[in-house]
Amino acid sequence: MKVTLWGTRGSLASPGPDTVRYGGNTSCISISGENSHPIIFDAGTGIRLVGQTISKSTKEIHIFLTHLHMDHLVGFPFFSPLFFSNIIINIWGPPSSTYKLESRVHRYLSPPLFPMRVRDIRSTLLFHEMPKDPIEIGEFQIKAEMILHPNPTIGYRIKSNHSVVTYIPDHEPALGLSSYPRGAEWTSGFALAEGSDLLIHDAQYSDDEYRSRFGFGHSSVRQAIQFAKLCNVKELVPFHHDPAHSDDIIDQLIVSAISDQQPKYKVSPGKEGSVFELI
Amino acid sequence: MSQRELEIILSRLLAEHLAMPIFIVDPEGDLLFYNEPAEKILGFRFDETGEMSSSQWATIFNPMDRHGHLLSPEELPLVIATIYKRPDHRSFWIRGMDGLMRKIEVTAFPLINESQRFLGAIAFFWEISV
Repeated sequence: MKVTLWGTRGSLASPGPDTVRYGGNTSCISISGENSHPIIFDAGTGIRLVGQTISKSTKEIHIFLTHLHMDHLVGFPFFSPLFFSNIIINIWGPPSSTYKLESRVHRYLSPPLFPMRVRDIRSTLLFHEMPKDPIEIGEFQIKAEMILHPNPTIGYRIKSNHSVVTYIPDHEPALGLSSYPRGAEWTSGFALAEGSDLLIHDAQYSDDEYRSRFGFGHSSVRQAIQFAKLCNVKELVPFHHDPAHSDDIIDQLIVSAISDQQPKYKVSPGKEGSVFELI
Repeated sequence: MSQRELEIILSRLLAEHLAMPIFIVDPEGDLLFYNEPAEKILGFRFDETGEMSSSQWATIFNPMDRHGHLLSPEELPLVIATIYKRPDHRSFWIRGMDGLMRKIEVTAFPLINESQRFLGAIAFFWEISV
């Protein structure tokens, strides 16, 4: 299983000289296996880069959206396979009791927010709301669960024969708690992340920032490390970096949180272009 | 260890931040959580009792009608919300663990998530001055 990070930034793309090492593109990762095309998670600005790697002979692609906040969807119309005529693009996302996933995505892909409409796209788009039970795509089993973040949001647990990756880019499991973490049974996201070989998790804030942005739906770096410890993961990738954080600030936050929490597992802060090979 | 459904976790968070007694049950009617104001009615702390089966919690505070007749569990709003998956409201009397009789109003409703799955039910209690 190969995991590639194409966009690690949260909330807003933030290119510039201060974000060269961790990158400025918003959330997007891909996972590929031995025998199948890569599957893509989220369609932040990073998805434009994934599109450049997909050949026109590809017949089918799967994109899994965690939620529909703009930083996770803004790159979608710039994903070049959308304009291939012989490709099926499956778009999976969180269920809603009101509007279907297709109609929610159409809101963004229509004027005045965007000059094109979904009907102008040449490829075949199929929209699916993630079911409660795991689904099989190629060699992967993919399970989704609702997690704590404003508006319907899901995290994903991706399992191959050998490894488990959990992707929870936007998550505030500490919401409303005077003492964090609480027991596993009452912690959002635990079932997805438990025992993962690689956990890619929201780590947007410093502790001070979290106190003033309580309820925004994100975690501090320290909370991400505590969550990973509770879930007994083997490696944590702090992800969804705050757009105001320079590379140097991210370095400082990670070093400080590791020093404070002394995790027994590896912590590899999410850098755009990083590849994790899991065997 | 398994994890509770997100909507149940959110319900507990809400209960922990409100001043009225709140009970949360799972789809089988077993009591998953009650908050501190509810502890005062029950006379037990949640940390001490943990979860309770439906047969335990529904009779523990002796629910009665205005004539003093004991109500069966099937007449209680939280049980109705769980069994029939619809809201229910009722006023009745209880004898708390402190021995005092109280008249209370109870509103219960089922918890159904975005995927239309039934996750349990929640009840809000309100003590009426008699």
